[in-house]
Amino acid sequence: MTIASGTVREAAIAAPPPAPAATSPARPRKRRQLTRNRWGYAYVAPFFLVFAAFSLYPFMYTAWVSLHETSLSNINGGTWVGLENYRDLLQSEFFWNATRNTFTIGILATVPQLCMALGLAHLLNYKLRGRTFFRTVMLMPYATSIAAATLVFSQLFGRDYGLINTMLEAVGLQAIDWEAGTVSSQVAIAVIVTWRWTGYNALIYLAAMQSIPGELYEAAEIDGASKWKQFLHVTIPSLRPTILFTIVVSTIGAVQLFGEPLLFAGNGTTSGGASGQYQTLGLLMYQQGWSNFHIGQAATTAWAMFMIILVIVGVNAVIGRLRNRADR
Amino acid sequence: MFHSTKSRAAWGAALAAVLLTAGCGGSDDASADAADYDPDAPVTLTVGTFGTMDLDNAGLYDEYMELHPNVTIKQNNVAQSAAYYKSLQTRLAANSGLDDVQALEIGFIADVVRNHADAFVDFAAEENADELEGNFYDWKWGQASTADGETIALGTDIGPQAMCYRKDLFEQAGLPTDRAEVAELWPTWEAYIEVAEQYMASPTKPADSAFVDSPASIFSSSVYQGDLAYNDEEGNPIPAESDGVQQAWDHASQAADEGLTANLSQFGDEWNAAFSNGAFATIACPAWMLGYINSQMGETGAGLWDIAPLPGADESASNWGGSFLAVPEDGPNAEAAKDLVEWLTAPEQQVKMFTRAAHFPSSPQAAEDPEVVGATNEYFGGAPTGEIFGDSAANIQRTPIGPYDTQIQEAFTTALTDIASGGADPDEGWDNALKAAQQATGG
Repeated sequence: MTIASGTVREAAIAAPPPAPAATSPARPRKRRQLTRNRWGYAYVAPFFLVFAAFSLYPFMYTAWVSLHETSLSNINGGTWVGLENYRDLLQSEFFWNATRNTFTIGILATVPQLCMALGLAHLLNYKLRGRTFFRTVMLMPYATSIAAATLVFSQLFGRDYGLINTMLEAVGLQAIDWEAGTVSSQVAIAVIVTWRWTGYNALIYLAAMQSIPGELYEAAEIDGASKWKQFLHVTIPSLRPTILFTIVVSTIGAVQLFGEPLLFAGNGTTSGGASGQYQTLGLLMYQQGWSNFHIGQAATTAWAMFMIILVIVGVNAVIGRLRNRADR
Repeated sequence: MFHSTKSRAAWGAALAAVLLTAGCGGSDDASADAADYDPDAPVTLTVGTFGTMDLDNAGLYDEYMELHPNVTIKQNNVAQSAAYYKSLQTRLAANSGLDDVQALEIGFIADVVRNHADAFVDFAAEENADELEGNFYDWKWGQASTADGETIALGTDIGPQAMCYRKDLFEQAGLPTDRAEVAELWPTWEAYIEVAEQYMASPTKPADSAFVDSPASIFSSSVYQGDLAYNDEEGNPIPAESDGVQQAWDHASQAADEGLTANLSQFGDEWNAAFSNGAFATIACPAWMLGYINSQMGETGAGLWDIAPLPGADESASNWGGSFLAVPEDGPNAEAAKDLVEWLTAPEQQVKMFTRAAHFPSSPQAAEDPEVVGATNEYFGGAPTGEIFGDSAANIQRTPIGPYDTQIQEAFTTALTDIASGGADPDEGWDNALKAAQQATGG
């Protein structure tokens, strides 16, 4: 797949540039094209209008709000403070705490999740009895609402009456106060995320695996490669663009992680635990805007999250491109 | 022909999208003029409420509609008061979508008084203002009044506090169970902590039970026993300098640090489950907590609990919670809504709210009504609730409230939870609480 996309790009580059047309006939032709395609524009217009109203406008509005000191009930008033909110944010220990938590929970949730998804996809790629059943079951957690899943998990991880602690005690181990500890609470939240998304990613991997030509495996087998070697040297390289895609999507999801830590607290508080031990950036933004009603600060955090996502996606893209180039 | 049909469809779709987006704006500017008000004209009044305010369950709407056949009342209830407040704020910002009557909780009345007084009818400017003012405890009236004397809402209930205790657990720990003797056990919070230590040291108490549910129980009830709670006289947050915060912190952090609490976070799942599991022997009880305990424990809890005064109640009582009803000024039915609110919050109706739904009155006349004074609660061992909470209500002093009380309180109670679970020592906890409070107030 990488090779294919590379060739297309090279082909495009190699193609001779279109001959520069004389300027006079070019303009009318362009206009004619615009009018000829006007129904095309009309048909895509609703999407872009809705996009402008519900994505672009809030996006710009958030930027504007982030330059003000204002409250939820006075959102159009407030005082212009320039970049002060951004300066305060960078100096706020709550922001850095939330950033740190977002990254550690993100890594705890994403890495095992994608590894397990890859393994599961590989297993499901074999001819199994009841394959459709397994594939459907894998997608079930994804179809469960975050709220329902988190409520069940936070009861499982309960300190006094949780099932997990009951089992730990049954085998003679000590009960853990999952919610109070930093590592334990982050692991618990990562488990919820992993449970929910592993099947989804496994199906994406599975779809990509099925498009790998069988000849590659046959050739590898003839060369005497074991199943494991085949997985390492045929499957993984063929899946690289897919893996990159899932990494990007999971990373964006991890930076935006919000519902799980909010509901994990169990009593609607937005501080992310007694010492903020599992407060993520999304939760911090919610706390600033909807618990403390400082909507300017919340908008600032929202933009900071957006920047972080841009940087991470950019880094991923650069790494992907470098690896592609290295392969060629 | 074909072409034009297609074009119409396309533009129709585009237009629909535009309308969809435009439909969100637009506000209703219709406002009623007091002079035009006809009390007998048919009118539908909407009442925005939250949680379980029980105005409907106590049958007050039905009664009012019977007295005023031209009035139809429709209640829009939001289960979570925090969610209710968020939507109220956005509606105030847009000045649209407000109900004819809006309930306001004590946690956010200070913000509304300070920032949105203009949006609501001023009851202090009414002809019968003196009579209205006389209907309420002066601190309750004061909570809904601005610095220049506008009063934007009338009180419904209040939450005078007592201390609920488990008789069965007390007995097992060798403590007295009679409510008069228990009252003598803890005249002060220091004495209460000593009893707690005694309870925890008892070899006969159930092994997994603590003396009090959470450090928050101690903190949030004793903080209002100071001259100041979270704010100075002007309502500006000063948590670090307040005597109420200081004494409440001393007691609560000691209890948290010494492991006298079950360290549950109030209103969380584990806390709810802990009621039935006998995980704690005492809990600070505002009047409305009785109903909560009853709903959590059901029939199995009947007769297990009793009620004693809050520690330190001789010097000062304490209030937790309570609500108000306000009328948005620009509402098309503001005059009719005013009449409804005045009726709903009148002493006679407050008596009904107590006898029918256990909401303690914010009106001294109602609290002194024989029906209220003589009330007992069978579920709580026949405790004279009317008398206990009435005494408490009469002793509540006016502590200035501010717009960030809820957030500051949460900052302190989460810091206390951190201490109780061993995450911080009391000094660190204090610093953390102040930092979190600082962040909440946006200073």
